[in-house]
Amino acid sequence: MSIFTRGFSGRGRDNNPALPPGQYLTEDFPVLSAGPTPNVDTDTWEFTITTETGKVHRWNWEQLMALPTEDIHTDIHCVTRWSKLGTTWRGVSLDTLFADVETEYDYVMEHSYGGYTTNAPYEDLRDGKAWIAHTFEGEPLDPEHGGPARLLVPHLYFWKSAKWIRGLTMMAEDDPGFWEQNGYHIYGDPWQEQRYW
Amino acid sequence: MGTVASTSAETPSGRSIWIDVPDWAGNIAGQHVDVRLTAPDGYQATRSYSLASSGPSPRLQLAVDKLPDGEVSPYLVDDLRAGDMLELRGPLGGWFVWSPSVEQPVQLIAGGSGVVPLVAMIRAHAASGSTAPMQLLYSVRTPDDRFFADELEKLDNITYAYTRSGPPDATIGRLTKERLAAAVLPVGSAVFVCGPTGFVEAVASWLVDLGHDASLIKTERFGGA
Ligand SMILES: Cc1cc2nc3c(=O)[nH]c(=O)nc-3n(C[C@H](O)[C@H](O)[C@H](O)COP(=O)(O)OP(=O)(O)OC[C@H]3O[C@@H](n4cnc5c(N)ncnc54)[C@H](O)[C@@H]3O)c2cc1C
Repeated sequence: MSIFTRGFSGRGRDNNPALPPGQYLTEDFPVLSAGPTPNVDTDTWEFTITTETGKVHRWNWEQLMALPTEDIHTDIHCVTRWSKLGTTWRGVSLDTLFADVETEYDYVMEHSYGGYTTNAPYEDLRDGKAWIAHTFEGEPLDPEHGGPARLLVPHLYFWKSAKWIRGLTMMAEDDPGFWEQNGYHIYGDPWQEQRYW
Repeated sequence: MGTVASTSAETPSGRSIWIDVPDWAGNIAGQHVDVRLTAPDGYQATRSYSLASSGPSPRLQLAVDKLPDGEVSPYLVDDLRAGDMLELRGPLGGWFVWSPSVEQPVQLIAGGSGVVPLVAMIRAHAASGSTAPMQLLYSVRTPDDRFFADELEKLDNITYAYTRSGPPDATIGRLTKERLAAAVLPVGSAVFVCGPTGFVEAVASWLVDLGHDASLIKTERFGGA
């Protein structure tokens, strides 16, 4: 139970059922990053999936572009409380990338160019729930928003959609990544308001 | 839950807020809190604010700059007064922090109200007796817009970069890569950059261009373009 704040009435009410608790709508695209925006060149870009056997599945930029793409219309929710509704992305489903990957492990560490990591359960990245996105609103994704390519896992808070994605490593346990070690929630469901642990 | 102990003007659009939080467990320099305001109909708005204070003290200091079309900052700057209750959550953030165990020289770079967590670091550094050099580059519109002006006036390891107007001998205008290069500690220093998103983006990428190791640059983006 919280008390009222004397003299505060607030601005417009975003009584929008598409907004998770504690979120507000923004037209901007704010940036949450812990360091400088890395400069990632598509000529040397590569994406890998590494399993428990040590097997590494690799794609370069050209190979990624040759895979079937999907258009994704989705809402996104940042832990810093802004949400954008009805955004449009284009990218490759992780189902496509995982098609030939054999693993018994249930968790994944997402690795970015620049060194950041974030963890997620494998099942949250499957069955049409996650993509590698390279296009935002019809334009190549800006570096400050994770370009040339970021993960898109829109049902979780947006830090789980690792920017500048470089690879996924299968894990036996749900080990915390960079953001989780620094205070963010291990799972991050916006509808449960799982911001911090 | 905290109680506002006092407030005072810092700049024409910003002010400091001291808040007593009796069960505060202490915080590290650079951390922030989430402030939640609740309207009579239950509507709530939450924003993050950095702590200018650090250590065990249960009296916290925030410093807030008012965005004219903002929802929360005008309330905090214009309406909040001593005796009001304020709902806080924190301390938050375990990355953008300085503690005396950091042995490298430290370059702090602030844009506008981005100086708040960096002042916490300057204070913690002074209190710790750390011998690692620490200096501040502070980009701000005019001398009147400086937060903590009296306190910073007493320090000599500060460079100001005025963007709108300043003393006759100062270079006026937005920071450039060249001016940044001339003002910061050499490559190998730990760097903390904080302020509006556009400022942080520009400064952090110039630092990388100048040869600074990206892994030694920590950033906090306050929002905006
Ligand atoms: C970790 C963290 C620490 C912060 N610490 C401080 C602090 O110590 N002092 C402080 O004054 N602020 C700080 N901020 C910014 C603060 O959280 C709010 O974003 C700010 O006060 C604006 O809130 P508002 O409700 O008044 O404006 P809103 O109603 O949220 O926004 C109004 C308009 O201003 C734009 N906008 C939002 N934030 C900014 C910004 N920072 N600069 C320019 N335009 C913006 C929005 O996009 C929108 O168009 C911090 C932010 C973060 C993430």
